[in-house]
Amino acid sequence: MIAFGRLLERLAFTPSRNGRLAHLATYFRATADPDRGFALAALAGTLALRSAKPGLLRGLAAARTDPELFALSYEFVGDLAETVALLWPAPSDPAAAPPRLAEIIAGLGATPPAELPALLAGWLDRFDPGTRLALLKLVTGGLRVGISARLAHLALAAAFGVAPEAIAEVWHALEPPYLPLFAWLEGTAPRPDPADTPHFRPPMLAHPLEAADAAALDWSAYRAEWKWDGIRVQLVATRTGRRLFSRGAEDISAAFPEILAAMEFAAVLDGELLIRRGTEIAPFATLQRRLNRKSPGAKLLAEAPAHVRLYDILFDGSEDLRPLPFDARRARLEALLARERPAAMDLSPLIAFQDGSELAALRAGARAAGIEGLMLKHGASPYLAGRARGPWWKWKRDPLAIDAVLMYAERGHGRRSGFYSDFTFGLWRADGELVPVGKSYSGYTDAELRLLDRFVRTHTTARFGPVHEVEKSLVLEIGFDSAQRSTRHKSGVALRFPRILRLRPDKPAAEADRLDALTAIL
Amino acid sequence: MQAPESWLHPTPAGLYCEPGGFHVDPVRAVPRAVITHAHSDHARPGHQEVLASPETLALMRARLGPARAGLRQRALGWGEVVRVGDVALRLVPAGHVLGSAQVVMEYAGTRAVVSGDYKRHPDPTCRPFEAVACDLFVTEATFGLPVFRHPAPEGEIARLLASLALFPGRCHLVGAYSLGKAQRVIALLRAAGWERPVFLHGAHAALCAVYETLGVRLGPLAPVPAGKGRLAGEIVLAPPSALADRWLARLADPLVACASGWMGIRARARAGGVELPLVLSDHADWDALLATIAEVDAPEVWVTHGREDALLRAMALAGRRARALRLIGYGEEDAAEDAPAA
Ligand SMILES: [Zn+2]
Ligand SMILES: [Zn+2]
Repeated sequence: MIAFGRLLERLAFTPSRNGRLAHLATYFRATADPDRGFALAALAGTLALRSAKPGLLRGLAAARTDPELFALSYEFVGDLAETVALLWPAPSDPAAAPPRLAEIIAGLGATPPAELPALLAGWLDRFDPGTRLALLKLVTGGLRVGISARLAHLALAAAFGVAPEAIAEVWHALEPPYLPLFAWLEGTAPRPDPADTPHFRPPMLAHPLEAADAAALDWSAYRAEWKWDGIRVQLVATRTGRRLFSRGAEDISAAFPEILAAMEFAAVLDGELLIRRGTEIAPFATLQRRLNRKSPGAKLLAEAPAHVRLYDILFDGSEDLRPLPFDARRARLEALLARERPAAMDLSPLIAFQDGSELAALRAGARAAGIEGLMLKHGASPYLAGRARGPWWKWKRDPLAIDAVLMYAERGHGRRSGFYSDFTFGLWRADGELVPVGKSYSGYTDAELRLLDRFVRTHTTARFGPVHEVEKSLVLEIGFDSAQRSTRHKSGVALRFPRILRLRPDKPAAEADRLDALTAIL
Repeated sequence: MQAPESWLHPTPAGLYCEPGGFHVDPVRAVPRAVITHAHSDHARPGHQEVLASPETLALMRARLGPARAGLRQRALGWGEVVRVGDVALRLVPAGHVLGSAQVVMEYAGTRAVVSGDYKRHPDPTCRPFEAVACDLFVTEATFGLPVFRHPAPEGEIARLLASLALFPGRCHLVGAYSLGKAQRVIALLRAAGWERPVFLHGAHAALCAVYETLGVRLGPLAPVPAGKGRLAGEIVLAPPSALADRWLARLADPLVACASGWMGIRARARAGGVELPLVLSDHADWDALLATIAEVDAPEVWVTHGREDALLRAMALAGRRARALRLIGYGEEDAAEDAPAA
């Protein structure tokens, strides 16, 4: 647990992606099983722990410290868990071996809520302040170090010299503390076989097509599809079960029962989840309503029926089709649909075109709801996990919109007083640092404002006076009129009239736009 | 017997010892000043006569210039007792920075001790704090909150060296206050086996030279060379105020560390953009304040600069008489001394 506490502290202060990778890799190499597996799960958000309320922390502190001294301390420090961690009396017996992370996970699972305070107090008595803070953040569910599963895979890959995609492939079929995974990484066991479990496969992602790429493109080698404005999903149906996953590997099966019911086949398919009304695609906000519901009622199911527009096939039965070229996979997908005729699904059509200029015109004219632009896929490319440059391009229609990550929030005034309504957002710089590019007070609906407000209240990582810094995990689609160079911003760019077009909770923060995308249009 | 409260007075110029006719660490120019240590909020320019340790006088001359460091300077050796007016006066080490002293005053059968700034962690660059039993103890309270418990300095230096091992391509830039902290960091690095030159921002070079002439060995030191992207894998020391400066471009992918007692509080460390906070303070932490007050066992405690509220509360809980002096003009340097780069 001490090593985990040190890792969290280093991560909390290390902004750069490479720095974080180095700290994670060092930790995974130096730490024994099963602790590192539990740490991996805690960081990647796959650890299910019963979480404690802030009131429990206050109670712990009250039992050990004078209330006036506690109040003065809390006022100065500004964070409850940190205050308790810092002013907790020093270990009474420094020689007593502090518990390991695995013991803590086991203890939390086995202890009834009423006995939790005593258990925690006993542990706090055996830790230094940094580890106490890690423990308190762990049990209150607030690690907030912004490590995605993807970054964790990259760190494991760096630590053990394996391809990150190979890790991602087995990761989703395993559970904490991932003993078979580490045994394989250390070369003491063969690669775990995910076999027939209905688990997530890392998806193939597209690069944005820049003008320079377009100029150099051999158009005849590519196939074109519409880029649908829904959320990317993976449908997994095996003999042992069915799952619907978001692109971030989140299991969203329960939210879309009509899709699950329609998965009467054995395959792994890739497609876009949309809300369809007759032949029309409903606006994204309607899909958002469905996404917000863990289990939708009959009324919502009738009003906003889900539909999947399929565009790729990864497995047909147990046959792995990913090594096949796109054209061959496409034929297999069409054959499967013709054979199975699943409800609530159709095929994303290929768009016939002669050359790049014809496609450019189609893209510019694509204003229909539900279409974001075009996808270009190389006909000979296998299905490659991750974001290889070249085989798949995304060619969005409106360049004056970016996907940015929420960084800071402040409370507003007037109609919005009491809500966090002023938002600062940023883009990724080439070195992996997130840099602010603008601030917005508008564009969102009242419902979105409430969501944003709740996000800020539950994801604050630091406070600077009225400004709350939040966990860098929520993507916002920002529309703007123009972008200009600016020396006032760290990013070097200022946006004119930025507004929040919509929230993209489905999108991993790591896949928000890069600053280059903005500087390219200056 | 005359209780010290009757002969030691808080005044707008600072603490005034009436039977001795002198001020301790006065905040404005006075005829006769006893100075605990050379930090700028304690050692002001322009006094007529200055009594202090030889090291403090040397540091004052270096910082203020010989002309402003007191018209007449009187060096007091450690433990040497002198009569000033009707008061027997001596200086006892405070363990804060080189030359730092507690002022021990005896008059009419009672004893008062003004501690100045002090710490209890060992420091290779200065003499360790000595507790003197007294009737009145005047203490600082810079870190007077129970959330401040400074860890062992060796552990913090080990974290710096571990970071260097993990990121050998990055220059490690350590923010450290130029009088005391910088030299202590260097000495701790030497004790941990770091034998390479330590590179100094211009602001640090002069005081390191004074330390050397006063017998504190700091090993090889060098200025930061001109150019761009230099000193990968090396350690550079700079004042905390220079951590966000333009000259950072000279350093290879700089990793900013800061050595300060405030680094124990995350919001403080983050506000300064620090990547490696090192909790390293030249002031007593909460436990040391309480332990020292118990050790000198004075029936009356006065609290000067810092966070008086919590310390007064702790004194009330312990049943000890205490009051806050709320002297104006102190703590400016302590804040800087231990401040994150803001
Ligand atoms: Zn001082
Ligand atoms: Zn001071």
